[in-house]
Amino acid sequence: MTHNTITTRRRLIKGVLAATAVIATPAVLRAQGRRDLSMLTWAGHADPDVIGAFEETHNVRIRAKEYVGGDQMLAQMAQSPAGTYDVILSDAEYVVQLQQAGFIEPLTPEDYPFDDFFPEFQNFRGHWFDGQPYAVFLRFGFLGLSHNRAAMSEAEARSYRSMWDPQHEGRIGHFDWHLPNLGALSLLNGNASPFDLDEAHWAELTETMMSLRPQVRGFYDYGGMLSALRSGEVSAIPGIGDWITGVLARDGADVTTTIPEEGGLQWTESLSIGAQSENQDLARTFIQYMLSPEGQVKTATLKAYPAMIPSRAGWARLNDELPGEAQRQNMVLNGPNALDEIRAGRIRLRELPVQQSLETWNDAWTRYKNA
Amino acid sequence: MTSSAFPARTSGRRFHFLFNRAWQALWVLPLPAWLLLFFAVPLGLLVAISFWSVVNYRLTPDATLSAWRYVLGLDFLWASFWRSYGLSMASAVAISLLAFPASYAMAFVAAPRQRLILLGFAIAPFFTSYLVRIYSWQVFLTEGGVISSVVQALGGKGESLLNTYFALFLGHATLALPVVLILQTIALANVDRTGISAAANLGARPGAILFRIILPAARPGLTLGLLFAFLLSYAEFVSASYLGGGTFQTLPILVTDLVRAGQQWPRAAVVSLLMIASLLVTAFVTVLWAYREKG
Repeated sequence: MTHNTITTRRRLIKGVLAATAVIATPAVLRAQGRRDLSMLTWAGHADPDVIGAFEETHNVRIRAKEYVGGDQMLAQMAQSPAGTYDVILSDAEYVVQLQQAGFIEPLTPEDYPFDDFFPEFQNFRGHWFDGQPYAVFLRFGFLGLSHNRAAMSEAEARSYRSMWDPQHEGRIGHFDWHLPNLGALSLLNGNASPFDLDEAHWAELTETMMSLRPQVRGFYDYGGMLSALRSGEVSAIPGIGDWITGVLARDGADVTTTIPEEGGLQWTESLSIGAQSENQDLARTFIQYMLSPEGQVKTATLKAYPAMIPSRAGWARLNDELPGEAQRQNMVLNGPNALDEIRAGRIRLRELPVQQSLETWNDAWTRYKNA
Repeated sequence: MTSSAFPARTSGRRFHFLFNRAWQALWVLPLPAWLLLFFAVPLGLLVAISFWSVVNYRLTPDATLSAWRYVLGLDFLWASFWRSYGLSMASAVAISLLAFPASYAMAFVAAPRQRLILLGFAIAPFFTSYLVRIYSWQVFLTEGGVISSVVQALGGKGESLLNTYFALFLGHATLALPVVLILQTIALANVDRTGISAAANLGARPGAILFRIILPAARPGLTLGLLFAFLLSYAEFVSASYLGGGTFQTLPILVTDLVRAGQQWPRAAVVSLLMIASLLVTAFVTVLWAYREKG
């Protein structure tokens, strides 16, 4: 009896070992053939639930280096040898700088589903140079006035001017970046091109900004904004959008983003291929995947921060699979949606300053913080 | 026989002498090496970088005064400098005063074994990440957080305490209080007991013993405690941004702002050098005061 169990146990172990060896072989072979794709990106885009399926299908491992802010991204590119990054996810206003510095490759338009994009995203300004795209439009969002409903109603949030209301004294928060803040206040000042200001309008804008300083509770990063808005520490934060309030709303917080009458801004993220990348074929395949309906839905519902998407097929699939999310993000197919906001001229692109240097805007922001 | 042993003994003595020399040299050698490696070289690099320039987001060796001109030309620089300095000094004084009764108890009331256990408790916070400790303060201080809920339950307004000097001070204390406790306790525990006994035997009151015997004797250690609290608070960035909400613009926050805005490392280096210079002056003055001759 015991003798028997021993033999069977031995047999069992032998069998298990053999089986493991058989099962493991393809994995080992697969791992040997696996390619690496390096990506420079904002946080959250290389989460397993976004890229897991792509990695599996193409036997690729995506190595993401995450950055915070376009300046840091450009510095990272400038300091790395050419070919370090295969794929670069960048904000639209920085694509121009990437292209001028020769950090990204020109792309072949036929490789990507530009025809499937809604018209306003097809020939996107700042992505195309001399009729050639250097970046593929991936996702976008609107920036307005994000507020905690308990402290500031939608009716109030219809104007940026509410931030000066005495009842919000010491209750206005700021995302610690000059561009969206100055852009929002520039809209309040009635500048049709909020980032293209002559000397007089620029001076007026810095005055408007300085007058808001007594209302300010604090200057926050991504995590700081989430907790300050959720707790009601701040009533409102200008120049941000669903990329913050969507995350909070998903967790049941009573916050939302309203696009004021004075207008809102649009942020845009796109994908490019790094100059002298040795994996350009794979990078292209990856970008194609992110623009397929499947990839589009994944990027629209990104855990780190949701966004709207440019492709019709993506919209169709989102409405099909997640009608609630399509509704929440204003991407419904039969009825008024986010595109109407753009077509009504209520949305301006977020851009780099046209007549002042970036440094001038940076200095104004630092001065504001130190006031 | 003895004559043959004699030279051997001298050579033995000589060997011994040389060995002692070598032994000492071995112990002395790291001092200049460490000073070079951990102090002189980084400081030299910082000075050098302050004269470099940034071209296309790339730090480029150069010999330009532009970073110095820019930083020293900022109209808010000195306001921020003194704000930063004043906040840290206020924190340092408050932390020292807070720590003193506890240190006194550990030095004069607790038995040596108890003192060890209590010091162990004082050091315990070092075992968790400082960042985690600051985040947990946020939970207590925020709107609807632990403290405001308790205050509201007692009928108060219970407003958030975040982004106030109080919150910033709590952050500074979290960082510096354990260090100050240890320094003060060691200073007080080393005060010569015979002087204290003599004064007591001659009928001195406890207050007089404290102010005329203990405090003067422990002055160097107590001053060092104050200095360390100041150093830690002055260079502190995490509390300033997460508990002060960036509304108290301190120099460390200015440093990060300068780096973020166009990777201006040279300008950040200038601000850092200003901070180092003011720290050195402060340290020099306090140490002079701590060790000045009683007269």
